[in-house]
Amino acid sequence: MTMDLRDLAGEVLAGIGTRPARTALTILGTVLGIGTLVTTLGVSATAGDQIAGRFDSVTATEITVDVNPPARPDSPPTVRWAALDDLARLNGVEAVAAYSQSPAGQEPAVRANTLRDPERVLDRTLPLLGASTALPAAARTEISLGRFFDDGHIRRRDRVAVLGEQAARLLGVTRIDNQPAVFVAGVPFTVVGVLGPVRRADQQGLTGAVIVPWTAADDTLHLGPASSVIVTTSLGAAPLVAGQAPIALSPDDPAAVRVQAPPDPAELRTGVAEDVSGLLLVLGVVSLVVGALGIANVTLVTVMERTAEIGLRRALGARRRHIAIQFLLESTVVGLLGGIIGASAGIVAVVVISVARQWTPVLDAGLAAAAPVAGAAVGLLAGLYPALRAAGMQPVDALRGPG
Amino acid sequence: MSAVIALRGVSRTFASDPPVAALSNVDLRVAAGDYVGIVGPSGSGKSTLLNLLGLLDRPDCGTYALEGVETTGLSDPARTALRGSRIGFVFQAFHLLAHRDVLDNVMLGEVYTGAPRAGRAARAAAALDRVGMGHRRDFRPGRLSGGERQRVAIARALIGEPALLLCDEPTGNLDSVTTGAVLDLFDELRDGGTTLVVITHDEAVSARAARRVRITDGRLSELDAPTAELPAVSAR
Repeated sequence: MTMDLRDLAGEVLAGIGTRPARTALTILGTVLGIGTLVTTLGVSATAGDQIAGRFDSVTATEITVDVNPPARPDSPPTVRWAALDDLARLNGVEAVAAYSQSPAGQEPAVRANTLRDPERVLDRTLPLLGASTALPAAARTEISLGRFFDDGHIRRRDRVAVLGEQAARLLGVTRIDNQPAVFVAGVPFTVVGVLGPVRRADQQGLTGAVIVPWTAADDTLHLGPASSVIVTTSLGAAPLVAGQAPIALSPDDPAAVRVQAPPDPAELRTGVAEDVSGLLLVLGVVSLVVGALGIANVTLVTVMERTAEIGLRRALGARRRHIAIQFLLESTVVGLLGGIIGASAGIVAVVVISVARQWTPVLDAGLAAAAPVAGAAVGLLAGLYPALRAAGMQPVDALRGPG
Repeated sequence: MSAVIALRGVSRTFASDPPVAALSNVDLRVAAGDYVGIVGPSGSGKSTLLNLLGLLDRPDCGTYALEGVETTGLSDPARTALRGSRIGFVFQAFHLLAHRDVLDNVMLGEVYTGAPRAGRAARAAAALDRVGMGHRRDFRPGRLSGGERQRVAIARALIGEPALLLCDEPTGNLDSVTTGAVLDLFDELRDGGTTLVVITHDEAVSARAARRVRITDGRLSELDAPTAELPAVSAR
């Protein structure tokens, strides 16, 4: 004797629908568990992708080379200015610039005029940079006023200056068509341009600096050879260029320069995902276990309450397996519903979090499909013991049970 | 006419200290179309007899043939199948599912018997008409009176066209008016050819049966006739 599957489905659905409030509360445990898991996995994938994405587009193309100062003042420079062209020739390099810088604590006094006004402090202490011509491109900045100096200025050792955005504001330089001058340690320089915002995160110091041709800087403050080389590369070329840069810049002593290259995006992505998800994943599994215990508990209570019904069904010809399958399916469907609702809530949460952070949500279709299955599996496991209890009841005893 | 029930030398003893002999050496023969009232005080072995007759329990010794099929040697699934298809139960507590409407409750009588789904609603409606409850098919049991509930339960027992309608204190939860209505229904069913066994402690209920059997201390005795069998009553 077999039971029609449609009959079975009808009995299961009727059993679940009998007490909607209780069913809803039972489902809630699974919803929380599955929801936490989906949210955790989704957010960590999104965040990992987000951070890696930033590195892909910007940071992954930026290299900074710090040059050790020469051992003695009269020894040859570690990085000759001409070596920049050797580096610029390499495949994947988009812009190379170098600058020498006034040492920290020894920044020169800079003022915009020679007026001696006892009531006002006109001297500003600003760092002086002696740079090569490609600096705006390599530092990802633009000229907001005037122009940058060129190779001719460097060759002629012209005393011209380009001010960083903040330096220009401090010095009161708002226009350059009247050819303003700034005095660096008393030496006049003609301002030819003002920089805009600096988009390269590790070069924010440029906004407050006075930038002059490296030849003029050497004449004025004896800044000497380059102390930093900054490079932008095409996407994906950074690791290769980082390996080649020391040899190109300092062929006789590559160890004298320190290259700061971006971390590998793939490693970064994995690292972030692991950091974010580890703890929350445990939380999600714990919620799921609690949800399973809730289903098991409620199903057991339901079995006890429906003892008389079980007896009736046995009297009407239901075999033990019919009883077991019915309760097993009821708990499985409860778990499945919890999984579906939980997965939906989790996906919505991932999208909401992503929108709030202005991230691109990364939604894994496999995860969305697997979550309801996991919920059903939890329900199945949770229903195992109550279903066996129900099937093991003797019809005679069950009919006498609570009705 | 062949016997629907044929108990021969049936005993049932429950293991306790001292062992309780609920039934001892019982013989009972019920022919098709019989209306048998089994009456006895509580503790007399009524429930044990009902459980044995309903294939809910097995005798320790003796034989029980239902419609000529010897049941004591059958496997559990086979007994369950026989119970579902050939015996209709009517309980004192009705055992209706409170959250399903009347028609659903009646249709439940066929869910486990392997009967086709097609026409089930029609058969359930016919069974409800038979007990005079056709106008209540969309009601929940909670909105019915006790007598109406019992009539729905009887319809559920009837839907599979059982060989035997086994009633356990069918009027135990009813007042005298509704009891009368249910007993009238039993008369009608018996007139329609249904075999009825009604187990009760109420003499007034058993008095309506064509044949009365008293059970005392696990032994049966015929009340009205000196012979063990009445002549079969022809329908109508």
